[in-house]
Amino acid sequence: MPQKTIDEINAKIKSGKSVVLTAEEVSKMGREKSAQEIASQVDVVTTATFGPMCSSGIFMNFGHADPPIRMQEVTLNNVEAYAGLAAVDVYLGATQTDPDNPKYGGAHVIQELIEGKSVHLKAKSTGTDCYPGTSVDTQITKDSINELYMYNPRNAYQNYPVATNTTNRHIYTYMGSLLPNLNNATYSTSGELSPLLNDPEMETIGIGTKIFLGGTTGFVSWQGTQFHTTKPKNEFGIPLENAATLALIGNLKDMSSEFIQAAYFEQYGVSIFIGLGIPIPILNEDIAKAVMIRNEQIETTICDYGTTGHPAIGRTNYKELQTGSIKIDGKKVRTAPMSSIPKARKIAASLKEWIEEGEFTLSEPVQAFPKGTSLKSLNSQGDK
Amino acid sequence: MKKKYILSFNQDSVNKPVTYDLIKNFDIKINIIKANISADEAGHLLVEMEADQENMEKCFQYLDENRVEYVPAENRIIFDQEKCVDCGSCTAVCFAEALTLDPETRELQFHPEKCVFCKLCTKACPLGLFEIRFNE
Ligand code: SF4
Ligand code: SF4
Repeated sequence: MPQKTIDEINAKIKSGKSVVLTAEEVSKMGREKSAQEIASQVDVVTTATFGPMCSSGIFMNFGHADPPIRMQEVTLNNVEAYAGLAAVDVYLGATQTDPDNPKYGGAHVIQELIEGKSVHLKAKSTGTDCYPGTSVDTQITKDSINELYMYNPRNAYQNYPVATNTTNRHIYTYMGSLLPNLNNATYSTSGELSPLLNDPEMETIGIGTKIFLGGTTGFVSWQGTQFHTTKPKNEFGIPLENAATLALIGNLKDMSSEFIQAAYFEQYGVSIFIGLGIPIPILNEDIAKAVMIRNEQIETTICDYGTTGHPAIGRTNYKELQTGSIKIDGKKVRTAPMSSIPKARKIAASLKEWIEEGEFTLSEPVQAFPKGTSLKSLNSQGDK
Repeated sequence: MKKKYILSFNQDSVNKPVTYDLIKNFDIKINIIKANISADEAGHLLVEMEADQENMEKCFQYLDENRVEYVPAENRIIFDQEKCVDCGSCTAVCFAEALTLDPETRELQFHPEKCVFCKLCTKACPLGLFEIRFNE
């Protein structure tokens, strides 16, 4: 069984001799070649996704004003940022909205900063001995402030259920417009291109993995929130529901709005499309086998978003979903994606190019993710 | 020729049997897709009309004489396609199949001639790229 190390792959990358395929290309190749052949011929496979990911945001440090201020209430274009940190550090969440315009929020501010636009910063404080300033009202841009980095607590969901609606009401959700009486179904994830579906056991992805984030280099900083590794899996090792997730970090100043896009979901709120790509080093035959996964082998659960608790009402796979319709209870139901395959393809192709040209080398995870995790739920009323 | 138009009636013309006249006098094959009469009694019709060139011209002349405004339906659709990210969300609600995804490239395809002005895409697109005007 051929074995490679990340150092060997990096040496090939640096000499411009690495063999890199996108996850779609390797899935196609897998129809004719064995995992063993792929493991010996391919060095890296690039995966990608571009979809709405609410759990995203940015850290910013504005620099000190004269007189200095310890900011307590902060807004950016009238969108509140969390200021419960040091004097001029804040975190702006993507879904935070402008109270005067529910269709505008943190995601839009983030996009405008990326695009180099000027953003209105207002801050208030009660004033302290060391920070006597009590207000700031000014314009900032990404170049006028100190640090500006994206930190997303939960991105890159490993699989996601299909959303449909069996009730007689039209509902608006984060999975889009769901028409009454099973008239449509929406799905997320980029299927065989999706990062965590190509390395379902996360053998090559861990804390410290270098990735593509928003058009630049980023890193996996931690397991994402709601990290769940014990969901039921199919015969190909694919969890049948939303399972693992990633926390990601990257320099917003270097990102491009081609890969980060603000969004508004009707009657749900503001969200943000995040474009990310993860390279998978083909260290051995098992990893080769995992990246050969095809859409028809990636199954997911169909859930009724019209009913409390979103009960499961069926199972399908990404090949069927991408035909534009699936059968639920014998009924033909129109399907539509929420994440963009053309954008994911573009990311996988860009990352492939970076690696082929020797500009992007791979990193060994500094630490593996925890195993055997599941989720706790919240008792909303407390103990009585 | 076959084409969709939005006809707008004012208070006077709203009471005339316009579609009947168009069929009877000019042999127009007319398919009414959507109709609306608002509180001020102005009315709007989305119709598909099919006729030869000559009859079509007579039809427009008749509409002019009766002060019925007509605009090609496509002129009432604004879609900022440049900004589209091909997420596909709008295809979930477009039953007229004016919005579809190319099976190979997975890019959004827009066929405005198929639009029936249901306006569901205006809320389904997370980037708000559609403006569809029927009676406004
Ligand atoms: S209004 Fe939008 S959703 Fe409705 S038919 Fe036209 S394009 Fe399709
Ligand atoms: S929902 Fe909007 S952004 Fe998405 S494919 Fe349709 S038009 Fe494009």
